[in-house]
Amino acid sequence: MTCVFVPKVRLFCVLVSAAFLGACAAPQVGTQIDDPFEVANRATHAENLVLDQQFVRPLSNAYGTSVPGPVQKGIANAADNLSTPSDVLNNLLQVRPGQAAQNTARFLVNSTVGVLGLFDVASAIGIPEAQTDFGETLYYWRVPEGSYAVLPLVGPSTSRHAVGRFVDLALNPIRGALPAPESTVGTVFGVADAFGTRYRNAELIDSVLYESADSYAQARLLYLQNRRFQLRGSEVDADYFDPYEDSHEDFN
Amino acid sequence: MKTSIDATLTRRSILALSGAAMVAATQPAFALTTADAKSLVGRLVGEINAIIASNKSEAAMIRDFDGVLNRYADMPILARSILGVPWRSASAAEQRDFTRALQGYLSRKYGKQFRRFAGGEIEVLSARPVRSFFEVRSMAQLPGEAPFEVVFLVSNGSGRDLFFNMIVEGINLRTTENTEINALLDRNGGNIGRLTQALGQLG
Repeated sequence: MTCVFVPKVRLFCVLVSAAFLGACAAPQVGTQIDDPFEVANRATHAENLVLDQQFVRPLSNAYGTSVPGPVQKGIANAADNLSTPSDVLNNLLQVRPGQAAQNTARFLVNSTVGVLGLFDVASAIGIPEAQTDFGETLYYWRVPEGSYAVLPLVGPSTSRHAVGRFVDLALNPIRGALPAPESTVGTVFGVADAFGTRYRNAELIDSVLYESADSYAQARLLYLQNRRFQLRGSEVDADYFDPYEDSHEDFN
Repeated sequence: MKTSIDATLTRRSILALSGAAMVAATQPAFALTTADAKSLVGRLVGEINAIIASNKSEAAMIRDFDGVLNRYADMPILARSILGVPWRSASAAEQRDFTRALQGYLSRKYGKQFRRFAGGEIEVLSARPVRSFFEVRSMAQLPGEAPFEVVFLVSNGSGRDLFFNMIVEGINLRTTENTEINALLDRNGGNIGRLTQALGQLG
């Protein structure tokens, strides 16, 4: 797998520094697409499509059809539970003590009553997940989104989100708290669950990747819209285009 | 307010519909209110919930969803805002044919997803005016997934109360399809007739 990453390391470093250099600008969630590395991104997207066809999709099908549903659910829950301390850390970095308490309660309940996280008891008793990541922490502290970036294997991202993923991997408290083989359980389950997600949403993912006229443009737009929604929450009025009112203006 | 097809809602819908028909009969046009917008989306998601619950074949669900678009969507406005700038240089016949082809494409593309939603339901939460139209928020609950937000934008700019865009977890139907349709237009040499023909095979 490392061979896939090597040629991209330099681009990644460029993206990382770009995200931090821009850190003093005003925070905003725009509707614009900033994609100065489109040529490189399209190349990575094409590589990812090949990886998906040859490796990810077949493995996802194998995982989805051979692993029983309840086991898949248990693995998804356990992966989720093992990433909760990282969420709590980010909740605290975002000065959201309520969400930090909520996620801590989840972690305690699911790690004990939920048998090491295999069962999501917390959601059942009304403690939903307050999901977050370091990308959101950067957003909270007004680091701008940066430019669009397609990461090898991972897929659509922005420079800010890419830095966030890297920091989340590096700072995950579970890694520090557990001894060597056990500390990788979260990662292994997380990867397994990624295959499960690919399998459960196969029709939707296949339609975007293989039935779109321009799968790169579709994936970019879907990712950016959804990621901005996650960070900012619901739409604001100014985002809405009124086709009745603006009939004589350019539509886009 | 749950908007599954229960007796109360059906009765209320019929009342609303007959009320609307009476008003429409006496006045050429009437102002859409927040309550009207909410009740329109209530009926719309009621029909979508009924399709999801019907457990019919994929082809039947696509046909039913096409009917929903007929009754609830402002297709000419959707077609114009999805095609964007090229709409203006198209002839009236090209616009009409494109609109029809787009409706078929959307019915197939989204109608075939409904079987995955089995056991799911959409519930209308709130409505509010925005500039000249209304934003109606709803929550979709699919089995085994966290609930997610679906926003409908409703206007009577066409003379009828119809939705002209929807946004699912930030993903905007108009902009998403604008990107896709314009990529298809490029692929068809910028020719709207050929785009319309291609759309007939897609979705």
